[in-house]
Amino acid sequence: MTRELWKGNEALAEAAVRAGVDAFFGYPITPQTELLEYMARRMPELGRTFLQAESEIGAINMVYGAACAGVRAMTSSSSPGISLMQEGLSYIAGSEVPCVLVDIMRGGPGLGNIQPGQGDYFQVTRSAGHGDFHPIVLAPSTVQEAVDLTYLSFDLAFRYRTIVIIAGDGALGQMMEPVEMPPMREPTVDRPDWALSGTAGRAPRIITSLYLDAEELERTNLRLQEKLHAIHTTEQNWESYQTEDAEWLVVAFGTVGRIAKSAVRAARGAGIRAGLFRPISLWPYPEAALDELIERVQGVLVVEMNAGQMLEDVRAIVQGRVPVRFLGRMGGVIPLPDEISAELAHMARMHQRGNGFGSQHRAAERSKIL
Amino acid sequence: MSLTPDLDVIALPGPTFDVVYEGPDALKDVPTHYCPGCTHGIIHRMVAETIDELGIRGRTIGVAPVGCAVFAYKYFNLDGCEAAHGRAPAMATGIKRSLPDRIVFTYQGDGDLASIGGNEILHAALRGERITVIFVNNAIYGMTGGQLAPTSPEGMVTSSSPLGRDPMLAGYPIHMTEMLATMPGVALAVRRSMHSVAEMRKTKKAIRQAFQAQIDGLGLAIVEILSSCPTNWHLEPTAALDYIRERMVPEYPVGDFKIAAQLTNK
Repeated sequence: MTRELWKGNEALAEAAVRAGVDAFFGYPITPQTELLEYMARRMPELGRTFLQAESEIGAINMVYGAACAGVRAMTSSSSPGISLMQEGLSYIAGSEVPCVLVDIMRGGPGLGNIQPGQGDYFQVTRSAGHGDFHPIVLAPSTVQEAVDLTYLSFDLAFRYRTIVIIAGDGALGQMMEPVEMPPMREPTVDRPDWALSGTAGRAPRIITSLYLDAEELERTNLRLQEKLHAIHTTEQNWESYQTEDAEWLVVAFGTVGRIAKSAVRAARGAGIRAGLFRPISLWPYPEAALDELIERVQGVLVVEMNAGQMLEDVRAIVQGRVPVRFLGRMGGVIPLPDEISAELAHMARMHQRGNGFGSQHRAAERSKIL
Repeated sequence: MSLTPDLDVIALPGPTFDVVYEGPDALKDVPTHYCPGCTHGIIHRMVAETIDELGIRGRTIGVAPVGCAVFAYKYFNLDGCEAAHGRAPAMATGIKRSLPDRIVFTYQGDGDLASIGGNEILHAALRGERITVIFVNNAIYGMTGGQLAPTSPEGMVTSSSPLGRDPMLAGYPIHMTEMLATMPGVALAVRRSMHSVAEMRKTKKAIRQAFQAQIDGLGLAIVEILSSCPTNWHLEPTAALDYIRERMVPEYPVGDFKIAAQLTNK
């Protein structure tokens, strides 16, 4: 296999093509647009469906329709567009049809900007729409990993009849890296036995998320929760980096997880035994692996490009066993390795003095000065 | 003499009956939740009869709206799904683009199609999606209990326009079908009414043309059907039909705004 230079957004698109995506529906939004543009060229070449929708609301409902027809359907967008898709995502979850969504996150709230961000963590893991459900959320930190996760995403989506979100950010979408592309899989011809196709030779099939009877809807929810529980126990995915002897643990995902690797190396160069825990599945969160690491470290530094969203998951797992400090940058500012290693040095120094870490907000204050 | 009925007569073999009418195959033999006097049930039957007549039941997929027809998929004997409010044309687009040889139709009310789903129907028409749209216009939100709709005639008293629809406050009635008829992607855009048997017969013919348009791959076909809501109009069923004729038809003239030439003899 050869390695080729690919732009993140286009590599994601080609990975989906090779995974056998049948239908793509999308709407332009920076910093995701190259994915849509790539699909506009590539899908017709292969005789597959590409359609630019009138809005993100249109796009996700087209995905919903295509998913009901049993095809491998996907869309891609960026933060404000994902907000618009929440209605459709809730219906898709309630109807238990599979689809894949790529979120190339940008700065928010509101129109925010088009710089990289991670402010959709809550949106994609917690509140992707009304009602009780969680999509599977996968957060790649390199273009290669984005390709590999996207390639698996349809299998996951169909196995569980669920939504799979690839959560990247503007940096990942825009950067170019050498990538080894996986082999081309032909689109599957056989459609699932729940898919709509017309009643020829069989009884009618209905796909709905509507259950007026309270007990029936509760039973549906309980079945959904059972499925989510199965996903939660089997699909946790993470990377541990230099954690074997680590005293100071950085927890970061996506682009920040990758930057934090450099910071860990720098900290080790300065005599601080640092390690990195990088969740790859944001939902289900890799709780068991982090829980086990917490037993062996002195403190945790959570670094995100938001005001502390994954931080809540980490705190819930740590449960006060060790101090948790947070470094967050917002507005599209990417934390630098030096900032992260400086925080690690600060934590180690304060610990040596027996002072704890000082204010949890100090990192934010320092950010303000920067 | 016994006063009891002559059991011997009852026990005789009964006369055999000829079947002169049956419900269409495309409609399930189940009670609906529609109110007495509502014309949804008749429109369901006309859609189902059309599907039977065209021989397309085995390859037809219906998309139900949010509104009174939310359970349409329970009544049609077809594959079906339930869209989010107003999004049926987008959902139908996803199905039709994935399965181009299937017949896909949406069944939508006026709140669903003309208000919250305005953008979805507009762009499905713009793209000339090969889908059939049954647009039932009763000028009010029925399912939620009779609120003002974009289609409510001027002066109409509803639970959210208690003093009557005032155009200065709530705008003017929207004419969706005329608007959609301006788009090249639309093969058929007609308005029919349910206020008399004669009008119903014309409605049935238009529904048939709207499915034929899709079979022939001509573009989006929409039949707007003026329909009654006795419950929320607070009228007896027959008075509700009079209301369609006297108040709805003057605002929404019955007629053909666009019919592709290929359909004129079908």
